[in-house]
Parts: sequence; C-alpha cells; structure tokens
Amino acid sequence: MQGGKIMHVRIALAGNPNSGKTTLFNALTGSNQYVGNWPGVTIEKKEGRLRSDKYRDVTVVDLPGIYSLSPYTLEEVVARNYLVDGNPDAIINIVDGSNLERNLYLTTQLAELGIPMVVAVNMMDVVEKRGDSINLKKLSEKLGCPVMGISALKRTGITEAAEKAVELATAKVPMVPRHRFSDTVEKAISAIEDILGDRIKDRHERWTAVKVFEQDIKVMERLNLDENLRDRIESVIADCENEMDDDSESIITNERYQYIASIIKDSYRRKSNEKMTTSDKIDRIVTNRWLALPIFALVMFCVYFISVTTVGAWVTDWTNDVLFGEIIPRAVGNFLTSVGTAEWLKSLILDGIISGVGAVLGFVPQMLVLFAFLALLEDCGYMARVAFIMDRIFRKFGLSGKSFIPMLIGSGCGVPGIMASRTIENDRDRRMTITVTTFIPCGAKLPIIALIAGALFGGAWWVAPSAYFAGIAAIICSGIILKKTRLFSGDPAPFVMELPPYHRPIAGNVLRSMWERSWSFIRKAGTVILLCTIVIWFASNFGIADGRLLMVEDINDGFLSKIGGFIAPLFAPLGWGFWQAAVATLTGIVAKENVVGTIGILYGFAGVAEDGQEIWGLLSSSFTTLSAYSFMLFNLLCAPCIAAIGAIKREMNSRKWTLFAIGYQTLFAYAVSLCVYQFGMLLTGNGFSTGTAAALAVVALFMYLLLRPNREKTFNAASVEAGF
Amino acid sequence: MEVLKDIPCGRTVTVRKIIGQGAVKRRIMDMGITKGTEIYVRKVAPLGDPMEVTVRGYELSIRKADAGMILVE
Repeated sequence: MQGGKIMHVRIALAGNPNSGKTTLFNALTGSNQYVGNWPGVTIEKKEGRLRSDKYRDVTVVDLPGIYSLSPYTLEEVVARNYLVDGNPDAIINIVDGSNLERNLYLTTQLAELGIPMVVAVNMMDVVEKRGDSINLKKLSEKLGCPVMGISALKRTGITEAAEKAVELATAKVPMVPRHRFSDTVEKAISAIEDILGDRIKDRHERWTAVKVFEQDIKVMERLNLDENLRDRIESVIADCENEMDDDSESIITNERYQYIASIIKDSYRRKSNEKMTTSDKIDRIVTNRWLALPIFALVMFCVYFISVTTVGAWVTDWTNDVLFGEIIPRAVGNFLTSVGTAEWLKSLILDGIISGVGAVLGFVPQMLVLFAFLALLEDCGYMARVAFIMDRIFRKFGLSGKSFIPMLIGSGCGVPGIMASRTIENDRDRRMTITVTTFIPCGAKLPIIALIAGALFGGAWWVAPSAYFAGIAAIICSGIILKKTRLFSGDPAPFVMELPPYHRPIAGNVLRSMWERSWSFIRKAGTVILLCTIVIWFASNFGIADGRLLMVEDINDGFLSKIGGFIAPLFAPLGWGFWQAAVATLTGIVAKENVVGTIGILYGFAGVAEDGQEIWGLLSSSFTTLSAYSFMLFNLLCAPCIAAIGAIKREMNSRKWTLFAIGYQTLFAYAVSLCVYQFGMLLTGNGFSTGTAAALAVVALFMYLLLRPNREKTFNAASVEAGF
Repeated sequence: MEVLKDIPCGRTVTVRKIIGQGAVKRRIMDMGITKGTEIYVRKVAPLGDPMEVTVRGYELSIRKADAGMILVE
C-alpha cells in the first residue's frame, strides 16, 4: 500500500440520478470541492479531494447522474467520454438499494469498461427498514467486483468503499464483467472483436465491441472504419438481428435486464408487502386529480411570496437602499476624498462601479432565499411532480413541465430564473426556456410600468396586468413559433422521467446547492457588470467638445447621448424616435431600473422617485399614450439587462445561442411595438402609411410562423403509424 | 394487443413490443420497460397527460405520446 500514498489516484463517481450520488460526493470530499462545467457543455463538473487518513492524494470526480451509457443524451455522452478518455483509475458505482433492478442496469454497462470498480449499494438502511434484504456477497460474486453496503446519508461504510476503490486502483485490478449475453449475441460480439482486431486492444475492448454491435453512432464515428470492415460488421449484426427478430440496440438492453433479473433472484429478497409507503400517501394527495393544481398554486405562491415580496425583498431593499445606497458610498466617498482622489475617478467609482455593481449584488439575498426554496423542493422530490402536473400545458408550446419554475422565478428576477432552467435535462427545452423566460416582467421592470401608467394613463388599473399578459402571450407565441423552426426541431426527445420517492430534504445538500448557485452569480455576473458599468459611465460622462476628448458637465453632451441620437431614428416607426427614449432604452440594458432614472436625468431632474412622479408632466408632452405604451412594451420584451444576458451566456454556454436569444427577444419586441403603434395610429384616424404597411407585413409573417404546419410532428406521427 | 396509453388506472399489463426506433425507444428501454416487463398503471396527471406507471419497483412518468409506442397485453 506504500505506493498508494504516493501515486495520484482519480476515482470517478457514477450512478443513477436520485441514487444519493450528491450526498455521497459531499460526504466523501467535504468542503474540498471545485465546481465547474464539463468542457464545452453546461453540465456541472465537480471534483473534490477524498477525505481520508489513509490516502492523501485522491481526487473524486462526480459524473453526471445517468441511467445508461447511451449516445443520446448530453449527460451520458459527457460521462462516457470521461470514463473512456479521462482514464480514471477506478469507478465507484453508487447503486440505490431500494431500486436495485434499474440501478444495476448502468452497473452492467460500467463493468464492461474494464476499469477497476467498486459497487456501493446505498440506502441500505431504507432496504432494511422495509424488511427487504440484499445479499451483498452473492451480488459481488455475480458481478465480479467488490460490493459494499453504505448509507451516504448516515455516512456509514462510505470511507471503506472509497478506500477499497483506491486499493483496486493502485493494484490496477481490471474489472472483468461476469455477465454473458445469450449465445447468439456473444457469437456476434466475438465476431466483431475479431474483425476489429488490434483497433480495440485496450481495456475498453469489450465495451467497444458491445457498442459496435449496438451500432452506437459516437463509437462508430471514432473508430472511423473503412467500408469493407463496416460491411462485414453490418452483416454480422444483421444475421443476429434476423435470428432474434429485434434491432441490435434493443437486443442488448433486453438481455441486460434479463441478466439483472437472474442475479436479483438470488441476491435480493423482497418482503412482499403491498402496504402503502409514506411516500405513496403523500403522493396520493399531492398529485391528486383535484388537489394537485391548488396545492401546486399554493406552494408556488408561498415560495414567491416569501422570497420575492417578504424576506427577500426586505433584505434586498436594505442592501440596495442602505448598504449600497448609503453606507458603502459614504464610506468609500469619505475615503476617496481623504486620500485626495481626482473628481472623475471618484465619480467613476461611486456613480459607476458601486451603484452599478451594487444594484446587481443587491439581488443576492433575494436569490439566496429563492435558491434555498428551489433546492428544498428539488431535494424532497416535489420538483419532479411539478413537471408531472404542468407538462401537459407547457408541451403545447414547445416547452416542458419543468419550464414553469424558471418563469415563476423570472417574475422576481430573470437571473435566477434563467439559472433555474438547469434542472431541465432536455437541451432543446432548456434553450427554449432560457430564450423566453425574460419575457415575464421582472421586479426591475415594474418601475417602467409604473412610470408609463402614471404619466400617460392617469394610473389606469389595466396597464400593469396588460404588461404581464403581454409577457405571457410573448412566451406562448414564441414557443409555438420557435418549436417549428429548424433550430428547435431535430430528434424528438421522450419525456420519460423518474418520480423519486419523497424524502426529508438534507440540510447540507440544500445549503450547498443554494450557495453554489448564488456564488456563481456573484462571481461571474459581477465581472460582466463591473466592465459594463465602467463602459457606460465613460460613455455618458465623456464627450468630444472643442475637438478634444473630455469629461462633460452635462450628460447631454456625452457619447451616450450621441449614440442615442444616432440610433433614435430606428425607433421612429415605434413612435418614440427621440434620443432620450433611445438612451433610456440603452441604459435599461445595464439594469432595467435605469430606464426611469435615465429619463429623469435627461429631463433635468437629478433624482426621481421609483415611479418618476416628478417628470410625469414633462413626459406627457413628448410621449403620446400610444407611443408610451409602445415604449413600455419594447423595454419589457427586448433584450434583458446585462446580468440576465450574462446568465443566458452562462447557461447556453455558447456565443451563438446567446446572440440568438438576445436577437430574437429584441426583434420580437420591435415587431410587437411596431404593430401596436402603427395599428394604433391607423385606428385613431391617422391614415394609412408605409409604417402601417410594414406592420401588416409583420403580422402576416407572424401569422404564417404561428400557424404553419409543424414538420417535426408530422414526421413523428408517420413513424409511429409505420411501426404498427 | 393493446397500447399502454389506453390502459386505465389500476391495471397491470405486460410489455409485448416496443415500436419506434433510435433515441426515444432506447430511452424507454433504458428506464426498464423491456419485453416481458410488468407495468402497473398508477395514475394520470390532473390534466390528462402524462401518466404515472410503476415499473421494476419504481415510479415513472411517461407522456401518452411515448406510451403509444408500447404494446402491452
């Protein structure tokens, strides 16, 4: 064992979702964790150092929770790429003992990789409590690797399991799978092994051969065989498929489950009790035909109410108004004055950086509360039920049941809303959700609504609800339009989701998840914001006068107002082609609260109340009710603030998709505002103009996109019918 | 033979065949719905879709569109 103390060992932790993998990982590594993303994808990558007195230099890599090593989902591809190319020294396969049969399915696949492996059967306490029993020794004989009983929650057996894995890794004991498929299949697989020959002479030999038999696209691509070899392999597979009357992929899946059934028979004894578990009882109420929706509404109301309007808002108001509004600026201001800082630098730090970054950091407490609730709902198993209840509605417009949560949170703040989309496994649904989430008016957009409603509509009651209605309509229409485009078509993904048993949430997991999500917001959104506030500050405070670049007295002379004047004509068809409105919209990209503040400054008021009451009179002289409504709609629907754009960028993990989302939102906002303004003009008797024609064209295009047949759907139905 | 999506709540059926191909079929089978598996139809979501079934001792939610690919008896 001396070698084990010197050699650096990497252990991969693999297992099904809901098998207690996160709990085990946290228990094994404690606080020594590094969270990042897998290269190229937004799936979380976690690594940590093993807490052990015996071994010093052991890294545990937490693979995404997966059910299989198929080539079809991102998580599975990430996991298998790491297992095959990342050369982990050993695998700990965590298996949920209370759901042994399906969990062992992944085990049979992992075993074929040939990497030293330990199977850790989790939730042994639950198994015993149920009166069931698992014969670990027998299971170990059948699988051909050590099998150890653990409870990740109670932290029993986990160190032993990890140390066993390190032992195997240092001794380099390869995993030799004991299971054999039926003779016909084995014959085909060894024929493939012969054909491939030296090409697969490594420890993943068996795995590769089985994958080639399954005609796995990814493995075939990498092998890059010439046509002759491919033909020979195809004929081997075709022979076997004919004999077994099924496709090769299904043959393997079937045989794996048959094999599992055969080993379970000997090693797993189930006490036949048909009595309902507590989880069943909870579920009977929570997803009850009549009670499900009211309960759901109540839960969501509580989450929203507590985190956005009460606790979260109190703390956020305090951080915004007191901490970043008074305490920090005053302290920093005094300090800067005392050391004799130049006025411009002081202004940059106070008006630019602190007020800009502070506005974003002010949301942190609210997000902490929200994320705590989210983690709680996820951890106890309710989130899966939300998706179950809501799926029907959301599928209608190309989203999934899980899209509801991001939108709900988005009504508080778009940043955590977008980040909550992480729980959506399906790539397409997730991208779509991210793209449409910020259509819902967030808290920072409320002042815009209040300003317009107060100044131009005499505080009419219907303005605010109409803004929410516009947001919801935008989501629905976008969903329908986008799901028909090529970008969001592609392989139809099935919505097959495990509904894990309810259990008491684990405080450690909830707090950790809350902190990780918040921290990534603070760190990354903070850096983007910092940069932007500096840029905006320079743009608004510097200008060219007398042929020189200098700091301007009046914001009207700054670059920002020049830029505003330059782009203002763009908004003329929307009814507000003057530079103040254009600049307000621009600064709204930094933070939507800025829209009202900027308008206040531009109309000559140093500071205005949140709803801009002081400038109502002035405003109604430059806006008409129609152009004001169009202005409001545009600002609500167009690209969100920098912080949200940063979140979109992070969650999409792709420049292309980020640009698409922002471009789409802005275009959509433009089209909506154009139509509202132009048709409004027509209806108020201003005659038919080129603008009206353009709006008509937009409506025609919109209707076409909305109503055209869905190619993907027809394909699906056809393939199902052909199957009969 | 019947289709899983038409089976009323409370009935237990056995899988005979899964039609379709590629990712959808593989995903369904990966979750343990293979030939000869017993499926207990537990409930249908409040809005009529998806449905919840018990398979291999755990609860699975499956859309009716996907359940339409599973032939049972």
